[in-house]
Amino acid sequence: MIEAGTPAPEFKLARAGGDPFTRADLAGQTSVLVFYPFAFSPVCTDQLGLYDEVRDELAARGATLYGVSCDATWSQTAFREQLGISIEQLSDFEPKGETCRAFGVYHPGGFPQRALVIVDPDAVVKWSYQADSPGDLPGANLIFDGLAG
Amino acid sequence: MTELGSAPVPPPVADDHVRGPEEAALVIEYADFECPFCAVLGARLAARELRRVFRHFPVRSSHPRAWPAACAAEAAGRQGRFWEMHDLLFADQGRLEDPHLWRRASELDLDLARFDADRRSEEVITRVRRDFESGIRAGVVTTPTLWAGGVLHPGKLEESALIELEER
Repeated sequence: MIEAGTPAPEFKLARAGGDPFTRADLAGQTSVLVFYPFAFSPVCTDQLGLYDEVRDELAARGATLYGVSCDATWSQTAFREQLGISIEQLSDFEPKGETCRAFGVYHPGGFPQRALVIVDPDAVVKWSYQADSPGDLPGANLIFDGLAG
Repeated sequence: MTELGSAPVPPPVADDHVRGPEEAALVIEYADFECPFCAVLGARLAARELRRVFRHFPVRSSHPRAWPAACAAEAAGRQGRFWEMHDLLFADQGRLEDPHLWRRASELDLDLARFDADRRSEEVITRVRRDFESGIRAGVVTTPTLWAGGVLHPGKLEESALIELEER
């Protein structure tokens, strides 16, 4: 997967309304990209719910969380609404997995690895982490460690 | 700014909720009152000779009533009845709306006005959040998670593991 110190690649994801989210949108803020396998799956449900609980503390550090998956925007929106969370969702639906591949987190099974990437305001990767298995849920503490490191 | 980077599970402090014999093996539960697996684990722990510490770990998206229930337990604790409220909450997880909390408070003969003020107070919210944040720092990601012997055991726990904990 993409390593710390590497400039973020060029990429294009879709926001809920269909507008693009690209490398240019990373500039000027710290972004935490949460790559997750599938909307509505059990571990992803727990993961986004857990991270949403610390969103304010991340915001206090100037960091914004984004959920990234290969699900369609409609599915991501339904997922977000069902959970009642505020984490913005970004879709890597078409061309499927292209952004995940650019970040080196595309699972051979056709979905994102469970991975976290912190990108600094200069669009350079500050920290990255990939779970040993897509079924493993990384603690939110790791994000704070990554931000502090 | 709240520190949320990695840190070990804090040892019990004066205002932690602790029960069980002092000489028994110590376990620390991170749990929430709307979580059915927490209720089951709590019942299994109660059947064993262990010193238990209960810490709140409510996540709203999974269990929307976990936060109000945690605050209700803390408010009962301010009138010396934390564990009684703990047991009443776990005994009927299908009834965790406000009227159900008031009914439990009445059953425990709590001062209802004080209970209601306390459960909404900044002090109680901060107390629940303190437990949650200690869990976050330790890497807790789900409920129940049991800390024992320096190790976190997330999710369901095998009976053999419980017996092993008790015998430590």
